[in-house]
Amino acid sequence: MQEPLLVVQGLRKEFGGLVAVDDVDFIVPRHSIQSLIGPNGAGKTTFFNMITGVYKPTDGTVVFDGEDLTGKPPHAMTERGIGRTFQNIRLFQQMTALENVLVGMHSRLKGKALGSIFGTPRVRREEKEARDRGRELLEFCSLRGVEDVYARNLSYGDQRRLEVARALATQPKLLLLDEPTAGMNPQETLEFTSFVAKLRDEEKLTILLIEHDMKVIMGVSEQITVLDYGKRIAHGAPKEIQSDPRVIEAYLGTGAAATA
Amino acid sequence: MGVVEGEARPPWHRESLGELWRRQPDWEKRLIKTGIVLAVVLGLGFSGQLQRSGQFWAIVIVVIAVFNWRSILKLFWWALDAVGVKDAKARWAKQSPLMQRAIPPVAIALPVIFLTWAAGTPPSPALLVLLAVCYVLYVLPSNARKYALPVTVLALAITYPLYLDKLFQVPVFKVFPSMDTMVAIALFSMMAIGLNMVVGYAGLLDLGYVAFYAIGAYTAAWLASPHFSQYGIDFDLGATGVPQGIGGIHISIWLVILIAAALTALGGILIGLPTLRLRGDYLAIVTLGFGEIVAQVARNGDSGGLGFNLTNGPPGINPIDPPGFGSHLNFIIQQGQYVNFVDLIYWSALALLLITIFCSIRLRDSRLGRAWIAIREDETAAAAMGIPLMRTKTWAYAGGAFFGGAAGAWYGTYKQGVFPDDFFFNISIFILCMVILGGMGNVWGVIAGAAFLTYLDREGLANISGWINDNITNCDPTAADPSRPISGGCFNGPLLSFGIYGAIIVLVMLLRPGGLIPERRRLLEVETGVHDQPLYDVQSAGAHEIVDETLPEDV
Repeated sequence: MQEPLLVVQGLRKEFGGLVAVDDVDFIVPRHSIQSLIGPNGAGKTTFFNMITGVYKPTDGTVVFDGEDLTGKPPHAMTERGIGRTFQNIRLFQQMTALENVLVGMHSRLKGKALGSIFGTPRVRREEKEARDRGRELLEFCSLRGVEDVYARNLSYGDQRRLEVARALATQPKLLLLDEPTAGMNPQETLEFTSFVAKLRDEEKLTILLIEHDMKVIMGVSEQITVLDYGKRIAHGAPKEIQSDPRVIEAYLGTGAAATA
Repeated sequence: MGVVEGEARPPWHRESLGELWRRQPDWEKRLIKTGIVLAVVLGLGFSGQLQRSGQFWAIVIVVIAVFNWRSILKLFWWALDAVGVKDAKARWAKQSPLMQRAIPPVAIALPVIFLTWAAGTPPSPALLVLLAVCYVLYVLPSNARKYALPVTVLALAITYPLYLDKLFQVPVFKVFPSMDTMVAIALFSMMAIGLNMVVGYAGLLDLGYVAFYAIGAYTAAWLASPHFSQYGIDFDLGATGVPQGIGGIHISIWLVILIAAALTALGGILIGLPTLRLRGDYLAIVTLGFGEIVAQVARNGDSGGLGFNLTNGPPGINPIDPPGFGSHLNFIIQQGQYVNFVDLIYWSALALLLITIFCSIRLRDSRLGRAWIAIREDETAAAAMGIPLMRTKTWAYAGGAFFGGAAGAWYGTYKQGVFPDDFFFNISIFILCMVILGGMGNVWGVIAGAAFLTYLDREGLANISGWINDNITNCDPTAADPSRPISGGCFNGPLLSFGIYGAIIVLVMLLRPGGLIPERRRLLEVETGVHDQPLYDVQSAGAHEIVDETLPEDV
């Protein structure tokens, strides 16, 4: 067994007196799909934001691919191979779909200011290759014929897909998807679920998913971690989680747990 | 389009000359054909003597061309046919589309010009230039036509000193801007483009841009003037036209521009490192402070204030070496023949401006430029995409500072002096106004804004108020107080300049919120607004309900 891709130990975040994430341990094995669930306000996105460097953890460590990345800035995390999407779509609205993907490639390109000004052959070649790769990536994410469309003019589902394409453009080892199917219709959700599975199987990606749609979660993830009030209350395979009384209690209250 | 028998014609159909012609019998056609060619040839031949006939034919051709250009074309084929050129039409069809597009206007215009000329009215150079410009715009294939306007403007700008004194007067604005003003326009355009990199591309509001202008100008003053002779420094490197033995540092101005730009970029990085951690309004306030600090240092940096005479205080550093153009050219300039000093300065400034435009556009379309725009749109998302915020923003600052510094150095050597009063807050705002007025993010818009505001500042306001005083108000120059904007029935525009610029900005923001020539992206932004989004989606209620519905079923 290879060492796990991501090892999080005792991760903690306090906002003033509020403990948003409370000493969470978390392990993501390679080439797996892990899910993180929990009621609203359970600290899922805060957890994501610490792994991706948006927030500095109050305490605890984030070890990614054998390297301690605790408290590193977001771009450093992305460079090491952590890509993410956002819960509320945060595309560059005034850029075209292709430009969005090209921005995602930023840390994988080397073109410097002077090289770009003088248009050196290396920079030009790199730029052309990046564009080609960007188009392939859009194609891969089922975005056809939209490369020159401004992101704000894309349909909601396409915007979600473009977010994933942009995250994939960073060439991540670990892809964090924050509620990727929110607002999708059942058909789109179904397609997306198989797309995520394809990412793991074909692209050899490791995926960490925050999701509220239980069909997606139960269908695709290998292991599920449940957070409630910032604490990890359960961890295990989907079947175990479904029958875990603590999880039912967290979602439905004590009464429901007793009757289940 | 032949007149086919039985083809329905609308009642309002006007028979064209071609259709009229086609109705004529063959012998008559041939006769007229020969007659027309003969007449043209004779017209060409005799127009020297028969003064009117050339003009007459010119008018005939123009009228026919306007009403039915096809018949002119036919006339042309006939003419070729009549003089014995075989298969001219078939051969023509084989030509490339560009040639097919390019030749007809020449074929029409040249005889017209020639005939009018022969008839005794030589065409005016301005008209010829205008025709040539129209022609070039017309000929270019559509993919090259986007370059047509810049190239035209560039050609007009380069030749400006040659035709300036032949230009007419515009009604309200009176004379065209002088060479002096044109140099200022070129330099302020440079600065505005530099500021545009910071404000327009990366979206960082900078209210202290004048600091970079000042650093550039003072660098030129230190490296190309007798200023440091007071400390016994005497250093000479490539400077031409500098008197021997006056001491101080004298480096060739061209080198100085590079050094000044590099130093200013360094200054931009130093200013940027502590300030760029701030966002939005806070950044603006801090840059404002830095702008003032540099201006105050310039004003007080003499032996009294600093203990070391760095900036020579309020009188400024004066003189700075004039730019050298090589000893040969310098000699010619001194002779006052062939070329003016100010024209050379203008062309050099234009060259610098072109370099600035080139770099600015290349940077915009590069990986770095994309990163700037991404940061402008959404910092958090940009960082998550692997863009190092600090480094990228600092690059924007350094880039903007670089060109501001180069412009400052050039301006210092042109004016042959730097004066601390040139570097106060209002200049920062003035340059920012150019960027906003022209269209943030759009290089051409920014140049338009810079040209317009600089012109107004230098000449326009004075000219316009002169026109108002001559034509509208009852002005008595002897009773006017030159220190008051309105006195003795006279209006003194320049005294109200900043109020007027403010009014212009307000007007433009109301009527064209994206600026005169808006950038497409910016326009979208201005219309829809960009907000700093929260990291959490607080509005998407309902997520919980989905959980409530689905979980119990599966449990």
